[in-house]
Amino acid sequence: MEKEFSPKILSFLCKWCSYTGADLAGINRLQYPTSILPIKVMCSSRVDPVFLIKGYFRGADGILVGG
Amino acid sequence: MSLKNRAVMVVGAGIAGIQAALDLAEMGVKVHLIEETASIGGRMPQLDKTFPTNDCSMCILSPKMSECARHENITIHIKSNVLSVKGKPGDFTATIVEKAKYVDPVKCVACGLCEDKCPVKVDDEFDMGLRKRGAISRYFLQSLPSEYTIDKEKCLYLTRGVCRLCEKVCPANAINFQDIDKEIELSVGAVILATGIDAFDPIGFGQFGYRSYKNVVTSLELERILSASGPMGGHVVRASDHKEPKNIAFIQCVGSRDESINHNYCSSACCMFAIKEAIIAKEHMKELDVAIFYMDIRAFGKDFDKYYEKSKNQYGVKFIKSKVSEITELEDGTLKLRYVLENGEIKFKNFEMVVLSIGLEPRKNMRELAGKLDIQLNEYGFCKSNTFSPLTTSREGIFVCGAMNGPKDIPESVMSASGAVAETTKYLRLERQEIKEKKIKEIDVVGNRPRIGTFVCHCGINIAGVVDVKKVAKEAKDLKNVEHSEDLIYACSQDCLETIKKRIKEHNLNRIVIAACTPRTHEPLFRETIAEAGLNPYLFEMANIRDQCSWAHMNEPEKATEKSTDLLNMGVAKARGLQPLERLPISINPKALVVGGGLAGMNTSLTLADAGHEVYLIEKDEKLGGNLNNIFYSFDKDPQVLLEDLKEKVSNHKLIKLHKNTKIEKIDGYVGNYTTTFSHNNEKQNVEHGVVIVCTGAKEHVTEEYLYGKSDRIVTQVEFERMLKYNQLPSPKPKNVVMIQCVGSREEGRMFCSRVCCTKAVKNALIMKEKYPRINTYIAYRDIRTYGFREKYYTELRDKGVMFVKYDIEKKPDVKLVDEFDPDSKALVTVFDPIMDKEIEIQADLIVLATAIDPLPENDTLAKMLKIPLNEDGMFLEAHAKLRPVDFATDGIFLAGLAHNPKDIDESLAQSKAAASRALTFLNKKAILAEGTIAEIDESKCTGCRYCEQVCSYSAIEVDDEKGIAVINNALCKGCGSCVATCRCGALDLRGFSNLQLFDAFDAITMTDILGE
Repeated sequence: MEKEFSPKILSFLCKWCSYTGADLAGINRLQYPTSILPIKVMCSSRVDPVFLIKGYFRGADGILVGG
Repeated sequence: MSLKNRAVMVVGAGIAGIQAALDLAEMGVKVHLIEETASIGGRMPQLDKTFPTNDCSMCILSPKMSECARHENITIHIKSNVLSVKGKPGDFTATIVEKAKYVDPVKCVACGLCEDKCPVKVDDEFDMGLRKRGAISRYFLQSLPSEYTIDKEKCLYLTRGVCRLCEKVCPANAINFQDIDKEIELSVGAVILATGIDAFDPIGFGQFGYRSYKNVVTSLELERILSASGPMGGHVVRASDHKEPKNIAFIQCVGSRDESINHNYCSSACCMFAIKEAIIAKEHMKELDVAIFYMDIRAFGKDFDKYYEKSKNQYGVKFIKSKVSEITELEDGTLKLRYVLENGEIKFKNFEMVVLSIGLEPRKNMRELAGKLDIQLNEYGFCKSNTFSPLTTSREGIFVCGAMNGPKDIPESVMSASGAVAETTKYLRLERQEIKEKKIKEIDVVGNRPRIGTFVCHCGINIAGVVDVKKVAKEAKDLKNVEHSEDLIYACSQDCLETIKKRIKEHNLNRIVIAACTPRTHEPLFRETIAEAGLNPYLFEMANIRDQCSWAHMNEPEKATEKSTDLLNMGVAKARGLQPLERLPISINPKALVVGGGLAGMNTSLTLADAGHEVYLIEKDEKLGGNLNNIFYSFDKDPQVLLEDLKEKVSNHKLIKLHKNTKIEKIDGYVGNYTTTFSHNNEKQNVEHGVVIVCTGAKEHVTEEYLYGKSDRIVTQVEFERMLKYNQLPSPKPKNVVMIQCVGSREEGRMFCSRVCCTKAVKNALIMKEKYPRINTYIAYRDIRTYGFREKYYTELRDKGVMFVKYDIEKKPDVKLVDEFDPDSKALVTVFDPIMDKEIEIQADLIVLATAIDPLPENDTLAKMLKIPLNEDGMFLEAHAKLRPVDFATDGIFLAGLAHNPKDIDESLAQSKAAASRALTFLNKKAILAEGTIAEIDESKCTGCRYCEQVCSYSAIEVDDEKGIAVINNALCKGCGSCVATCRCGALDLRGFSNLQLFDAFDAITMTDILGE
């Protein structure tokens, strides 16, 4: 059976803002697909372009940088 | 007076109370923070966004909240009230009552099961009654302390003896119905009051139909509606039919500037509040029509006018100067507004939703509190303080901050809080603090193979209810380097923490990974725990499988379990590369450098010197006082008396080294360790100091408008004030005096409000009326911005018959000289009067121009020396517009006075106290610890390209010109890693977040749903 497409999204979350935002989504019990995987960074500016390339090589469909 | 106490009681834990507590705690003072509700935070958590940056309010506040909740010097007393304060300054005994919470705060894990099962549903105060809560609840989602409490008045068991459901469902056994109110005595040296304000309840204003018309809401209710975590999930809908409104009207000054209810003051924040809500609502719904019905738009704060202009030009918000007299409700819930324009014309317009911009008023319990504390209130019921002592109450040793003594916006509240802290220092025994020695010797793990221990937390059923915790823990056993793995019911409970420590010893573990809630709240606790077992605290990693997994995927237990495994795998992969990190001590030189000897500079210097610190006060001019030399009147005492008093104290203080006529040549160094070179008559001198406070001031704008300089009868407000003081008005006595406001302010090239000019014009016009009652005064203005209690004087002036003529920027008043060749020529002023709806002509014997306040051109030089930023207007740019108004992003440099933004005497006094207080948080330490997570450099790879230097916000990395390579300043690095991402040569890396660690973490991702099929 064909599975419904659910994009795999790696998300780089700044520890000061968007990581807190992701926590808040949980506290609010907002539901989102499990195919979104968070990675905490000290700041969105820590995200080296190489991380994005590496992420796509590993098969991610999309990458979110939250800052 | 021999000082022995080193504790302070702070009453009220809103943003002002939190800031005061944090500053005191950082100075080594013990703080008792008393809060009436069940959480610290105050009003800010209720707000969706903050102007003018549109920052999320909760996001900017929560780091301060958690720092406050965690600080070892701060004891938080929630659900508590003050009963009395006895004794004398320096040695008070305060009695407080801590109400019964009926939940054991140590046992409660804030899982929320109790509230789900609680059969009682009452209006939630935090959400303005737009949502229901249980009798057992927490104040809001991000409450701190996070424990639940029971509302005694609403609980079925406590009122009627039945139910006890919460007790049955609580997995942590935390419910305690035997809990009782406790009276506690506190010995404190001083008290800071920060109990805030209430929002005005418009229920008494029948003409607006609040509560009877469903689609009329208050601005605070709209704030909750706009909030993504609010009752509507951030969707703007009207209550009557849950449809998105097509248009919204804001009615300003509801409960403000209203003598009929003894609110003859301006609430200061509501104009910006409405503009912000209008912008945010427009961002939610592009097609929305927003109109703001106002009297004057008071966008007087830093960068506020730019925001106001943006709302008009970019967002299309309409502003209608008028008075709304009545609202009627139509059958479909639409609201018909009847409003009167300036020229008396009556108009009607329909809106689908109406927002009442409610004002601020004293807390309901102010009188009672004032009685208990023996402090005086002002005529409106706010705590009483004066222009020249804006932070003191009528009782010595008790200080006030925040909006408790007058409506204030957030940055002013923060400034006054830090300022009040500086006021308390003279009643406390302060000592410079040492860095605390580590209690337990660290195990050396360098060079050892990683031996990782993993612990997976159930968090009761919060995680285990969704995720198969045992499976996750079992699978982790097979991971490389994992020596031990187990699941724990509550990893953060005392017995589990002991278990973790035991396992470290048993299995000789040298890296720990805990899969549980969020590192945001629990990382400090776990790090402390492994340190107690002898591990370096940085040998720790957390996997967030609750907030970002079990709670977000409640209906997908299998996938959530897979994701948890992945998150733990990634944590383990990252942990393999962890190295012990050292927080290096940075010594702090106890001396301070204050740049600028005006009001702010002198006040900062005195505060620091009184706290025992040597100060170098540098003034470029021959005389002290700056702009204060030109101010002769205030609504309080004589400003010249204040000036003389400060000058005398500064000149005679043995700890203040005053350098007049002196220029700063060079400032080198970083927090705690600055070296400054300054010169006086070409003689150079070097001094060393720990902090820098920038108080360089600003200057009066020199205008060419309105024929200034062409006749002696066209003067500025500053010149006019001097004429009034020394009775130098032209003779014979003028018949007509015309004042023109906003000369140079609020227009292209200077899009900011100079803030003080409206009040100055009102003040000087009042003085003139008093001295020469027969002179006719005309004031041409754009908006009268007499914010706060200044409003009273504006009303008084209008009652005295002064003519106010509003002009538009497109139609500025026209000034013509009667005789061009006469240097003392009278003038003819033509201006369009919207009330009469026609142009009027005034024969002016004197024209007074309210010229703008300009930043100093030399700001640029100092900014470069200190590597600190200026905003687009050329004013110094603080670390954060709302919450760090006297700090710079770079540690050790502070800001006060007009160099920050135009401001009044009381505001400069408060801000300069605040700058001193923030400086004291460093100066009262012998050394501080640098961050552990900081950048490091491989010198062999660096090419000195300077990219890192350009991106660093903290001036923490610089290329050494001799060696040609970048050097990191450990004291300033905040570990953000932007330099690492920018480095083209791979020379930079971030300790604890290295490129290799992150690559390893990617490689550890196995979940099929995420990557690969």
